Order: sequence, then C-alpha cells, then structure tokens
Amino acid sequence: MQLARIVGTVVATRKDDNLRGLKLLLVQPLAPDGRPSGRSLVGVDAVGAGVGETVFFVRGREASFPFLPRQVPTDATVVGSVDHWSAGAAGGRAPGEKQA
Amino acid sequence: MILARIVGTVVATQKDARLVSSKLLVAQPIDARGREHGHHLVAVDTVDAGFGETVLIVAGSSARMAAALQDTPVDAAVVGIVDTIELQES
Amino acid sequence: MRLGRVVGTVVATRKSARLDGAKLLLVEAMTAGGVPSGPVTLAVDAAQAGVGDTVLLLLEGRAAGAALGRRAAPVDAAVVGIVDAIETGS
Repeated sequence: MQLARIVGTVVATRKDDNLRGLKLLLVQPLAPDGRPSGRSLVGVDAVGAGVGETVFFVRGREASFPFLPRQVPTDATVVGSVDHWSAGAAGGRAPGEKQA
Repeated sequence: MILARIVGTVVATQKDARLVSSKLLVAQPIDARGREHGHHLVAVDTVDAGFGETVLIVAGSSARMAAALQDTPVDAAVVGIVDTIELQES
Repeated sequence: MRLGRVVGTVVATRKSARLDGAKLLLVEAMTAGGVPSGPVTLAVDAAQAGVGDTVLLLLEGRAAGAALGRRAAPVDAAVVGIVDAIETGS
C-alpha cells in the first residue's frame, strides 16, 4: 500500500458494468515527507475520499476485495483516509496533514 | 488503473484459443494532462474503445475481473472510456 | 520477503471495513547492509513492530492478508517479523 493525495477525478460513462456507481479518483502517490513520488494513477474509491484528501491505496488483485462479491476490475483502490501520519527515522516531522 | 490513449489495434491470427474473440488494442499510457509516458502496451478491449480515445486500463490479475475475461490469459484490459478528467492544479 | 526499516506510522480512522483494527506502518526497503533500496511501502503490522525496527516485509497480497488473519483483506504488504540480526558472507 502507499500514501497518496487525491488530485482529481475521472468520469467515464462507458465502462465495465462492475465499475458502475463507483467513483474514479486521480491518485498521486506520496513519499513519507508528503512530496509527490512517482506517477499518478486512477484508483477506485472505497471510502468516500475527495479531492485534496490524504489517503492510502492498495494495488493488485487485492484492490478488488473491498467490493466482493462484486467482481470489480480494479488494480488500485483507495481503502483508507489518513487522519495523520508521522515519518522520519530522525523523528519529529510534522504530521502529514499539516503539510501543504 | 492507468490512463491511456488508443493508438492502434493488433491483429493476431494465431493466438491462445481463449483470446480468439478478443479485440486487441495498442495503448499509449498518458498522465492526467494528456502527456505521453512509458511504453506502449497491448490490452484487451471490453468496452468497444476506438482509435484516439482516452481509456482506463486495468493491469495484472485484476484484468481478468473485467467482463468476459475470466480464465483468459490477459494482463491488461480496457475497462472504461474517459469522458472528462478533472485535475486539481497545484 | 524483503528487508526494511520502519520509518513511520499512519493513523486512518475511516478505512475499508476489512481493515478494521489494522496497524499501519511506513516501511522503507533496504539492503542487507542497511542501505535504503527502494520506495516506502505502507504495510499492515503483524509483528508488533515500531519505528526504527528492522523488519521482514512481505510484498504479496494473499500472504499479507493471511498475516492480518483475514480473508479477502485489501492489503498488499505486511510486516511479518522483526529482524534481530543479519549475517552476510564477507
């Protein structure tokens, strides 16, 4: 899993039936210091996340698990909304939510 | 999932029997602003996507969860056609 | 499995019900020599690890779900052990 920030949304009318009714989010992975890390991707929302929110997401086959028994074809799903996090072996970094 | 633009189709007469009725598309991954990145990939079409369209591609074993692809030897499937992308400018 | 070091913790109240009770750790992959060697992964903790610990990081979904003791949990990484010592040849 990875930390990420929701940076946008994607609308797709014509899609797999099992994606119907699900929100598609543009997900930007974050390094532990809160900076963007790597390419953004599209994830399915499983927690009611919105743009600007810090979240974590799961990749791979397991991304479809929150929706079982519905067989949702997703390889990335936002499965948690982050309240706060701390990081840094040196310790003492501010909680992530305080970082812009 | 990734965003991609359809840039071609693949015709392959000789292929796994479970792929016989599948349409194979060549897709160029793009970012949310439409810029190309990475290498082309071949994905099975499940939503009747066409040339030039921006699509959603699901990769890995999740691709087999797409409609009609159970037990099919695929690792990438086109599962949606993108109407709009809204990106929060930062 | 990979070797890693726990570099942080994440608190998330609102999450998939299948993750209820899971403790979340930020783990940086490292070489046997302790040099960071890859991206930082968010993993569920199945070993009561803490920040600064050197750990065994499992990077496979089915096994990670098993470590969490839950079927069909949407996880792809788990900390399954705390490393006491690493011995390397030469």
